[in-house]
Amino acid sequence: MSQYYYCCAGIIKRELFRFFKQRSRLLSALIRPLLWLIVFAAGFRAALGVSIMEPYGTYITYQEYIVPGLCCMIVLFNGMQSSLSMVYDREMGSMKILLMSPLPMPFLLCCKLISIAFLSLMQVYIFLFCTQLVDVDIPWLSYLTAAPAIFIIAFFLGALGLLLSSLIKQLENFAGVMNFVIFPMFFLSSALYPLWKMQEASVWLYTICQYNPFTYCVELLRFALFGQLNINAFTVVITATAFVSIIALLNFRPKFKSKG
Amino acid sequence: MSIEIKNLSFAYKKKQALNDINLSLSAGFNVLLGPNGAGKSTLFSLLTGLYQTKKNTININGFDLFSDKEKIMSQIGVVFQQSTLDLDLSVKQNLLYFASLHGISPKKALTNIELILSQLSLTERLHDPVRTLNGGHRRRVEIARALIHQPTVLLLDEASVGLDVDSRLLIISYVRKLCKKLNICVLWATHLMDEIEPADQLVIIHHGKVQAQSLCKDLCEQYNSSDVYQLYFALTKNTEAV
Repeated sequence: MSQYYYCCAGIIKRELFRFFKQRSRLLSALIRPLLWLIVFAAGFRAALGVSIMEPYGTYITYQEYIVPGLCCMIVLFNGMQSSLSMVYDREMGSMKILLMSPLPMPFLLCCKLISIAFLSLMQVYIFLFCTQLVDVDIPWLSYLTAAPAIFIIAFFLGALGLLLSSLIKQLENFAGVMNFVIFPMFFLSSALYPLWKMQEASVWLYTICQYNPFTYCVELLRFALFGQLNINAFTVVITATAFVSIIALLNFRPKFKSKG
Repeated sequence: MSIEIKNLSFAYKKKQALNDINLSLSAGFNVLLGPNGAGKSTLFSLLTGLYQTKKNTININGFDLFSDKEKIMSQIGVVFQQSTLDLDLSVKQNLLYFASLHGISPKKALTNIELILSQLSLTERLHDPVRTLNGGHRRRVEIARALIHQPTVLLLDEASVGLDVDSRLLIISYVRKLCKKLNICVLWATHLMDEIEPADQLVIIHHGKVQAQSLCKDLCEQYNSSDVYQLYFALTKNTEAV
């Protein structure tokens, strides 16, 4: 069993080393949601008042409402960034080293996903600390209750990134991921506005939001920040994680086959 | 310490890269000689499991690559034609990462790394980022990496190509010494004929087919060639290799 431990620790360490070498990555991971929180939310605070809704027991400010969505945005960008780095690894050849390990491929890819989840967790925590500076009151206990939810969400979005990296043949094609995956997932969810507001505006957009797994990621974290478990969101995220992980694993098997 | 290949064929869509390859390699220095595009790198991708093989086509150290890939991977060390190092990490971080993928503890890995790097005159570069190393040093790091888990089969795909004379000599003499000392099976793919010695087991591959396989000096005798250049030309009618 010890060899599995060393392997997993090695993969996590490598991701951490790489992450801290790329300081601009941490900076941009924080700047993006902070801009949304400080600039966007301040501007829309008056226009988009939020009434009492679960899990909030009282009226909340718009800033407080979008914090779980912005946390999920960090996790989403980190998952996609990791898939970009996997495409880069494949183009540079270092992916061969991972694929040639004597340990089972599903285990190696799971370790990769755990390392992505760790990075996401770390970035979300830093962001949550920063939110205190703009008067968003998050109870200290929430940091603890949110951790498992962030981890599961990060695992799901990491698996999605893994799947995308196995489908994308060239680094240049990655720009499409921004337009066709990140933006639609983020905007067609409850990250920026409650779904009942979306329903008032457009029923078909509301329906799309309901089929978007990212909506359930946001809701899972929103409830977890209040120490509650949203069973519906949890079930959807777990099911989506299992589904995407299996397809990603199947896509990572050697593609070229000999005729011999 | 052996590689057995039986009736191995491989095609990229319509292009036939390997055609009914049969090979038997044992412990010692084995040279795979062929021009660019002969199928050497494809054969390496198959031997390392990066391309999928069928049952009973590749057998390494008594294990079938199709069904016992994990066992085989722990016994082979590979240096690919193109660098596979992580440029953002240091030499030490690269080597420890590789060791961890083989389930080796950092403590044990460091002992092996220090020994191998001292043999390759690289100890002083241990903490340097790979990005700052020149081509020859990067190659040496890749060779060190291929040896950390003490493999019994070592595959090197054009490991000396693009290096200056001193680096080439250092690398090839180190691998030859290692091969003798540890009695391992080395498969050295090249298109540079000055790297071949008469006592080497030579496999000449051309257009995806094995043209000849035997001791280099025996093949020269058999084909009435004064040296490996003549032999190669006689078997391939190809002037690409030098």
